Amino acid sequence: MIISVASGKGGTGKTTIAVNLALFLARENSAKVQLLDCDVEEPNAHLFLKPKLDTSQPVTIPVPKIDDSMCTLCGRCAEVCAYNALAVLKDQVMVFDQLCHGCGGCTLLCPEKAIAEKDREMGVLEAGKSGSINFVHGRLNIGEAMAGPLIRAVKERIDPDAVTIIDVPPGTSCPVVESVKGSDYTLLVTEPTPFGLNDLELAVGVVRKLGIPIGVIINRADLGDRGVKDYCQREAIPVLGEIPYDHKLARLYSTGIAILNEEERYLQIFARIWNLIESQVQVELQAQSG
Amino acid sequence: MKIAITSQGDKLSSEVDPRFGRCAYFLIVDSETDSFEAISNPAVSAGGGAGIQASQLVLDKGVEAVITGNVGPNAFRTLRGAGIKVYGGASGTVEESLKSFKEGKLQDLSNASVPGHFGMKGGM
Repeated sequence: MIISVASGKGGTGKTTIAVNLALFLARENSAKVQLLDCDVEEPNAHLFLKPKLDTSQPVTIPVPKIDDSMCTLCGRCAEVCAYNALAVLKDQVMVFDQLCHGCGGCTLLCPEKAIAEKDREMGVLEAGKSGSINFVHGRLNIGEAMAGPLIRAVKERIDPDAVTIIDVPPGTSCPVVESVKGSDYTLLVTEPTPFGLNDLELAVGVVRKLGIPIGVIINRADLGDRGVKDYCQREAIPVLGEIPYDHKLARLYSTGIAILNEEERYLQIFARIWNLIESQVQVELQAQSG
Repeated sequence: MKIAITSQGDKLSSEVDPRFGRCAYFLIVDSETDSFEAISNPAVSAGGGAGIQASQLVLDKGVEAVITGNVGPNAFRTLRGAGIKVYGGASGTVEESLKSFKEGKLQDLSNASVPGHFGMKGGM
């Protein structure tokens, strides 16, 4: 089962929920547990899980390399490139590696077979164990504009026999879609403020388009206003849990300690969240098979 | 000589568009006859690489110079690679900048005048 933890707004508590849900499952559930940190631009789940990273592998994408002796400057490569990564001049083809998404279209369609591919490293994938939790994350190289291929590499590590928790980057753009798609359930973490609500609505729009069932978790639930709750009620989105605004939690966060490693009383909240996810995924599966 | 001028409209009286890659129109002007062709810029809605796509368009049109407000690094590299001169800092109408150009008042850029993605903010 794949559970992704997303939000529109940054800093709502995605990593807190993802990490503690994984810890809860590792402790209370017999299934194997995996945590994938797909926020490859700024991964931080490792700060709380402190995994022993024993695997480190570069992740590359194939970018075009033009053989000038075979190229006739026909312009087909630039024409088919959806990302404008190539320009065909009078005497040369210019390749903009940073814009290339590695789709291979130009190589495939070059009528002269003048394009070969070379691997360009864009980041690194690291994996290891934190207790019984299998941990994987990606680290995007500095200056890299594109996160998608690295997120895909991290997701290739999904173990179909495990419960996989995915920590999704903030926002609603390509990296979020790449991280969330294929999930059985998406938790959207928000806070009860107008800003939280605005970005929650955007995130709901994206996840609904992907056809994935949604549940909301309200963090710092005793602050702000009723806007988020009213919205969820209107849209028939279940609120699976509320985390109170607690100075103790902020202090733990700032020292890199996961809540459940210190505050047993929060175990109940995560137990309830998990029960609700499980029952909703069951309902969804039955609806699909029926 | 054929010159591409970035423009907010399709007439010589239109204002110069300060963005290169994401300008609304290119006015391809023949500086000897002042005859021109207006081309709506397809790169205006490009997800990325607008400057490169726009450069490809003007170089396919056989222009020898570009007059615009600002130009980013990828477009600059492409235009210079194609041997096209880039005149930045243009303002006012297309006609006015064409006149400034003929009077030698526009600056031939030796570098990109703005960082990447400048035009996505409206170029202001």
